[in-house]
Formats: sequence, structure tokens, C-alpha cells
Amino acid sequence: METWSLVSICVLLCVTVRWGVSLNSYSGAGKPPMFGDYEAQRHWQEVTYNLPVQEWYFNTTDNDLNYWGLDYPPLTAYHSLLCAHIAKLINPEWVELHKSRGYESSAHKLFMRATVLVADLLIYIPAAVLYCFYLSDGSSKKKVCTLLCFLLYPGLILIDYGHFQYNGVSLGLALWGVLALGLGWDALGSMAFSLALNYKQMELYHALPFFCYLLGKSVKQGLMGRGLFLLVKIAVTVVVTFALCWLPFLSDPSQALQVVRRIFPVARGLFEDKVANTWCSLNVLIKIRSVLSADSQLYLSFACTLLAVLPSSIRLLTKPTFWQFKLALVNSSLAFFLFSYQVHEKSILLASLPVCLLLNDLPLMAIWFLQASTFSMMPLFLKDGLLVPYVVTSLAFLLLSTYLFSALEHSSEDELRLGGYRKLFFCLPSLDLACIVRWKFYISIVAMAALTFTTVAMAPPPRLPDFFPVLVSVFAFLHFLGTLIYFNIVQFSSPPSRKSQKKNN
Amino acid sequence: MGAGNQAELNRNSVFCCFSADTHTHTHTPHKLRFNRFSASLSVSVGSLCLSLSDSHSTDFEVHRNWLAITHSLPLSRWYYENSSEWTLDYPPLFAWFEFGLSHVARRFDPDMLDVQRLQHRSPPTVLFQRLSVVCSDLLLVFATRECCRCVREQKPSRDLLKRPSFILAVLLLWNFGLLVVDHVHFQYNGFLFGVLLLSVAKHLQSRHLQGALLFAVLLNLKHIYLYVAPAYGIYLLRSFCFTQDNTDSSVRWSSFSPARLAALGVIVTSVCVVSFGPFVLLGQLPQVLSRLFPFKRGLCHAYWAPNAWALYNVLDKTLVTLGVRLKLLQEAELPKASMTGGLVQESQHALLPSISPSVTLVCTLLSVLPAALSIWLRPRGARGFLRCLVLCALGSFLFGWHVHEKAVLMAVLPLSILAVESREDAGIFLVLATTGHYSLFPLLFTPAELPIKILLMLMFTLYSFTALTSLFSGHGSLLHPLEVVYLLGLVVVAIACEIVYPLTPWQQTLPFLPLLATSVYCALGVCYSFVRLYVILLRQEQRGVTKKKKIF
Repeated sequence: METWSLVSICVLLCVTVRWGVSLNSYSGAGKPPMFGDYEAQRHWQEVTYNLPVQEWYFNTTDNDLNYWGLDYPPLTAYHSLLCAHIAKLINPEWVELHKSRGYESSAHKLFMRATVLVADLLIYIPAAVLYCFYLSDGSSKKKVCTLLCFLLYPGLILIDYGHFQYNGVSLGLALWGVLALGLGWDALGSMAFSLALNYKQMELYHALPFFCYLLGKSVKQGLMGRGLFLLVKIAVTVVVTFALCWLPFLSDPSQALQVVRRIFPVARGLFEDKVANTWCSLNVLIKIRSVLSADSQLYLSFACTLLAVLPSSIRLLTKPTFWQFKLALVNSSLAFFLFSYQVHEKSILLASLPVCLLLNDLPLMAIWFLQASTFSMMPLFLKDGLLVPYVVTSLAFLLLSTYLFSALEHSSEDELRLGGYRKLFFCLPSLDLACIVRWKFYISIVAMAALTFTTVAMAPPPRLPDFFPVLVSVFAFLHFLGTLIYFNIVQFSSPPSRKSQKKNN
Repeated sequence: MGAGNQAELNRNSVFCCFSADTHTHTHTPHKLRFNRFSASLSVSVGSLCLSLSDSHSTDFEVHRNWLAITHSLPLSRWYYENSSEWTLDYPPLFAWFEFGLSHVARRFDPDMLDVQRLQHRSPPTVLFQRLSVVCSDLLLVFATRECCRCVREQKPSRDLLKRPSFILAVLLLWNFGLLVVDHVHFQYNGFLFGVLLLSVAKHLQSRHLQGALLFAVLLNLKHIYLYVAPAYGIYLLRSFCFTQDNTDSSVRWSSFSPARLAALGVIVTSVCVVSFGPFVLLGQLPQVLSRLFPFKRGLCHAYWAPNAWALYNVLDKTLVTLGVRLKLLQEAELPKASMTGGLVQESQHALLPSISPSVTLVCTLLSVLPAALSIWLRPRGARGFLRCLVLCALGSFLFGWHVHEKAVLMAVLPLSILAVESREDAGIFLVLATTGHYSLFPLLFTPAELPIKILLMLMFTLYSFTALTSLFSGHGSLLHPLEVVYLLGLVVVAIACEIVYPLTPWQQTLPFLPLLATSVYCALGVCYSFVRLYVILLRQEQRGVTKKKKIF
């Protein structure tokens, strides 16, 4: 069979799975008065369609910012506006000011789901296909395998098509950025990434590696000659892209300031709900939020994030190769997720994207992390009534990816890049590290399954209503911390040699 | 043993279609067992994912009602209960199957087992029903594995993707029709076809008694498989009860083995006794049979299956319209004919003679006769039987009384086995599967299901075309250019019926026109495949004759 048909079958399969998930419930379905993210997106369509640009981010009589006020950068708002125009054509009731609040119908659900799918088809899926074909190595079959697992990652599918968000757009744009950088089109890459940043401010998690990679590359080419030219070219691209995105808000400084204030809501606290990061997990032992003042919380988290990002960024700056870039993306986004201020459980998707990029290189670790990241959002899925799709897609992904990559067979110490650990634990030379990793993988998968089961089947102890969500987030946090350490060590150990890569294929 | 075992195990895995070929040579059987497990699970899992739709198909309520009937009523009421319009109209073994399921269902939601609770669809009910289909599908997975074992490979390819057995596994397990009818619409066809394929596989392995037993069971699960009973009857009688042939492969009467016939008889009777016995004792047999064969229904189903009668109906309509236009007929004199009214009802043709059940029976028997004769006169082993089975299924589909569009799967699935073994059959398979599957489109009509059916159809069609083409590569195209044009025409029909037509004002006045167009267009393809299959059969006959002439 030709590769093109395999690829199209893969893509069709992934789209089918996406649509299958989208037939399920969404966040806040039938739950007035606030509903959920689905209503937020619909409300933004209503606001952007009916109000002038100047009022979008301001609290006015027509725009109640306490009811799902717009808190994403302008590109999201434009996207909402575009969707609103289409919605208006189909059924004006969907975007009617005030009256459409909490509007729910099966036709509207179909429309909203379709907008997600269209955005995905236009941005995320082509980027993934191109990435797998141009930037991952191996036979064409291997590339198809990578593509299939990449697109079947359950976390993103469940959040976008179940819970309801447009992460595919921002992640897809970031992926276009990675793709362009990998192919050597630095200006285009930085433009795509700037667009991603302007779609969701959370893309800042990826900003440092992009910056360091491009800076490192320019420095390497000589800051006096071509490097300077490259740097200027990139800077101009970024500035122009930003200016174009922010054009309607630039006329008045107060406008722009208000947008920035909306985008970075410092007042919302160190963390919300149960999220698998350091602060929430530490909260089990020490109640940080009552011990420290709001300001010192902010500084603490800032300092910790910086410390965690620094090693990988410096490494990337001194060695700006694509391999280092991919690893730095993982390390940076994970560090941000674990230590930064105001993190949502869904932000783990930002770390999952770069891990997906490494599926082909470090299959076992990548699969393990992706599984854990989906698991960390399990309480959210339960709340949205997505238990069955969660179980089904996770199982399918786990079985499929471990089989296609033969992840468990290809898990020698060399292939797992555990050399770094060897050096760290030189006092224990007799252990078979690969075997330990494999067993930890099995145990962790079983534990995830068991935790899912108990959360669904058992009532929490009466005095601790949040017992299971906390347990889930602490368990996931341990995985994420382990992954951060692992990928940092991989980044600092020697890059993969051609020979070992060939063996892998 | 190791290698053979490994190959056979690999056949079964569907999702491993992307595994690099080197893997197949390094695996140990232990790991492959895991793969097989993972593959079959992925299939069910994948199907489950699709089955999550909250579609409101009538068959969902039908089966829920049967669960309730078998669970809460005594045996004597099973075939009399009619609080719901969806009365029990499958043979008793299927009722027993539902009875077994109902004991599991009780743990999900006891309310669904109440006969009076019509249209009950709580989330646990939906989950249970969908899960029951997925679990019963495991039998199909097993049957597929058995079929794949019997596939003849001309030159064992190292590339897993190019192995006939692997392609067959995908064609059977990922069959668009089965996925759509079972997992999106809702029925238990996967498991029933599992029994049929298992029985075919047993015949291919020359275990005729097991095959006969399975078929007897199948008939008592769903009597629609009577369509293919002639093939079984003739084949078993000719090739099993007569142990030897003459040199010109005509039947040697002296080799008749009464013991074998008795064995067959015992098997079939005992299955029927187990199934129908209790109802015979209760004196309810006439009632059961009247439920099983409801000739009160019309010639065609509400949505016309793409068969000969669809063409006949259209011919009638066209003649009437032409006659009225040309002032040859008076509109007032014509009987009110509304065959697409939506409800199952009897109808009359306006100009052409109306068709009675007996006429369809005669037509069906006539269409099947040559195939049956051919395996009687010149038996060609189990493969000849399989071809006859496909012809029987297709003949009954084309000329039967009140045929459902889903029945086309009965020809498509067995034909898959032939398709991976011979070039010509592969070409016919492509035409038949594509048209037959497309004719299932009206089954799913809600806008939310539109993407699912299109995507699944594209996936399966793309796979079957590319896989079969690469399997028989190097001998030119599998399809005649005209066939390609016809199949491309399906795309046009699909776009016109699914997307363009609902936007036009005619949708309100003539809502059934797309259905009509679909069934007529597909009927052409199905009829064509039927004829082509017969041509191949007759050509084989010819070849057999000329070969014999050369020998003498």
C-alpha cells in the first residue's frame, strides 16, 4: 500500500475518533447559571459580534466581565467574531445580545463542535502530518505510526471535543512554528509562534525555548554578520505580527493596558481547583496560600519557575540544535506548569505537545507521560460526563502506541537514554535501570487504572470530599516531576548518535 | 510451528497494520499473543468509541423491548406480547440470547427490563446495550481469525500489509456496514456474522459437521440466513453425503453415505428441537411462525433496498408519469400508490402487475437455481460452495420479499474471503461493497451522524481499494473504466442527496426523492455484481468442461 493511502486512513481515523468524542456531553451542559467553557466560547461570540472592539475587554452595561468575560488575547476574539458571523447566518438566536445567554440546543452543539473540527483540520492536523513526514526519522511506515499516535493523543481530543475549547488552534500554530524552525524558515516560524501567543497567552510556556533557539542560532552565525541580519529579521516579523494582531487596541494605551490586565489575572491566586503542580501538591502538607502573602506567592512562583527553566534554556542557548530545541520545549513547558502562577489542569496540554514531538525518539517515556497527563485531567472529565470516552480513548492510545512503537521491547538502557542516571548514581552500578523503568511503567499504569476505578465507583471519605481529586493530582504531579528531571538529564547527556538511531528504526 | 503460529496470530491484528515489517520476524509467540489481544481489544474499543452517539434508532428500542419481554414475561407470552409495536420477531434462540443478556442488564438498570416502559433510554441502558454489542463482537473477531487461517497465500509476502490474510482481517473487522449497523445504528449483526463466518471457515477446513451445527444455530438465531440455506443444503448433500465422485466429477450414486446424512439430520433436528421445542409443546408454533414471517408487510421496506424490485417500482412510476404526461392514462383511475410512505405497508403497482410473495419466492429460487445446480453437477470444494453462498445471498437480496438494505452484508462479508484470493472477485467485491455500503447511508440520517458515516465509508473504501490493488498489483487495474465511472457517480449522488438536496425547497414537498435516487443507483451496482458473479461461475464451468475434453 502506498504511503498516501496509509496517511489518509490515519487522518480519517483520527477525525472519526474526534467526531465520536464530540457527540458526548460538554462542560457545563444544562448547568445554569454559569454553565461552562462551552458557554464561555458561545458568550464570546455574542460579545464580539454585538459590541464594538473597544468594549470587548471592558466591563460595560452590555458586557458583564464577571460572566465569562473575554480573557484571552485578541486572536481568540477575532476567531470568536468569525464564528459568530457564521452562527448569525445559520440561526441569529445563537448570538443575540443578552437573550442568548445559556443557549443550548442540539443544532447549536453541532455547530460549535463543527467549528472545533474545522479549526483542527485547518491548523493542527496538517501541521502534525507535515511534522511527522519531514522532521521525524525512520521508514515511511514508522512515520505513519508516529502520526497516528500523535493525532490520537487522548488529552487534547477530550479537552477540545469533549470539554470544549480551541486548544488545537494555539497548539497547532505553535506546531507550525516548530515545523518552520525545524525546516530552517526562522522568520515564518516566529510568525506562527507569535500568532499562537496571540491566540492564548499560555503559549508563553513555549516562548523561552523559541527565543533561546533563535538567539543561539543567530549568535552562532556571528552577531556581526548574518546572525545580526537573522535576528533583525525575526524581531521585525514578531513586532509586525503583534502589531497587526493588536491593531484595534493600539489607538488608546488604556485599551491595550486593559487587555493585558484581562489576560494576566494576577488576582486569581496561586492555583485554582486541583491541579497537578507543585503548589497544589505542596498544599497537602503546607497551606501556602495562608502562610504567604499574595505578593510573596507571586515572587516565589516566579523565582521557582525561573530556576527550573534556566538549565535547559542555557543548554539550548549554547547548543541550538533542533533536538535540544524539542527537549527544551518539554522542559520549559513542564517547568512552567509545575511552578508558575495560576495554572489550570488543562495547561498540561502545553507540555504534551512537545512530548508528542518526541514520540518517535523516546517512545516509552513519551507514552508514559502522555498517559499520565490525560489521567491528571480525569476529575475534569468526570465532571463533564466524559468517563466512557476517557476510558476508551486512553485504552486505545495506550495499546496502540505501545504496540506500534514496540515501546516495551525497545527499552534498553541505551534507548531510554539513561546514561545520565548511570553517572548520577555511580554508587549503585549493579542495577538494571531499564528493567526498573519498565516495572515502574507497569505499576503506574495499573495505579492509574485503579485510581480511576475507585474515583468512579467509591464515595470519598465524608470528612475529605476532595480526597480522590487530590490523590489524582498528587499522583500525576509525581509523574510530571519525574518527567521534568528525566528530560533535563536527557538534554544534558550527549545527543543521540546516528548509529543508535538506525538501530531504533 | 513458531513461524506459522506467528503468521496466523499476526493476521488477526488489525491495528498493527502500521507495524514495521521487521517486527513480525523478531516477535516471540508470547508477545504476539499480547498483540492479538491488544488488536482485538482495540477493535472493540474503537467501535465503542464510535458507538457513543446518542442516536435514537428504532432498533435500539426494539432490542430493549426484547430484553424486557424475555426477562419479565413467562415463555408462553414471549411471542404474544404486543404492548410495543416492536414485537419479538426473531427465532427462539435469539430470544434466549436476549434472556441471557437481560440478567446482566439487571445490574445496569432494572428499569429497562419493564415491558411497559417504552422508549426507556437512561445512560446506563445505553451503555449496557452498546457494551453488549461490543462484547458479542468478540465472536466475530474469533471467526475472522479462523477465516484468515484458511486463506491461500500464493507467495507469502514479508510485508504484513500485503498479506491476504491481513487484508481479509481488516475487511471483515472494519467492515463499514457492520460498524454502522451494529455500533452506530444498533443491532447484533457482528455476532451473527461471526457464527456464519465461523461456519464457513469450518467448511473450508473440511469440518463439515461443525459447520452444519453452527449454521443450524445461526438459522435459529436469525431466520434471515435462510437466504443462504440452499447453498448449505446442496453442498452438504453433494459433497458430504456423497463420499466419491465419478471421474467426470458427476455424482456417483453408489457412494451415498446414509450415516453422514443421519448425522446431519440429527444435528439440525436437535438444534431446532432445543429452539422451537418449548413452543411446540405450548402449541404456539403457528403464532411463532406468523411472527417470524410477516407477509403482511409490503414488497419493499420503507426505504427500498437496492434490489430488483426497486428498479421495478421505479419503472412502474416512470411509466405512470409518462402515461399521464402523454394523456394515455387518466390520473383518477390509477390506484393510489405510495410505496415510500415511511410506514411498512402493502402497496400496489399502478401499471405493471403487482407482485405477490409467491412471485418473489419463485424469482428468488430461479435466480439461485443455476448456482445450486452448478455445485451439484460440478462440485468445486468449499470455495465453490462459498461462491454459491454469495450468489444465494445476493439472489435473495435482489428478489426477496420485504428485504432490508442491511441484508446486502450477507453477500459482502463472505465475498471478502474470495476477494483476497482472486483478482476477478476482488473487482466485483469493490463494486458490490461500495454500492452496498453506500446504500446503507439512509440508515443514519441525523446531521450529527453525517460526518461519522462519511468518514467511516471513506476509510473503508480507501482501504479496500488500495489494499486489494496492491495485493494484485502488476496485472493492470482491478476495475473496468466504466465501473470506475459508475463508482465515481456514487460520489455525485452522495453530494446531491446528502448535502445539496436538503437545502432545496423540494426537501419539504418530496422528502423521499434522495432515498429513491440512492436505492435505484445502488440497485444498478448490486445487480451488475450479481451478473458478474454468475459470469465467473459459468466461465469456470466452461473451463471445467474444456479441460475434461482435453483429457479425453
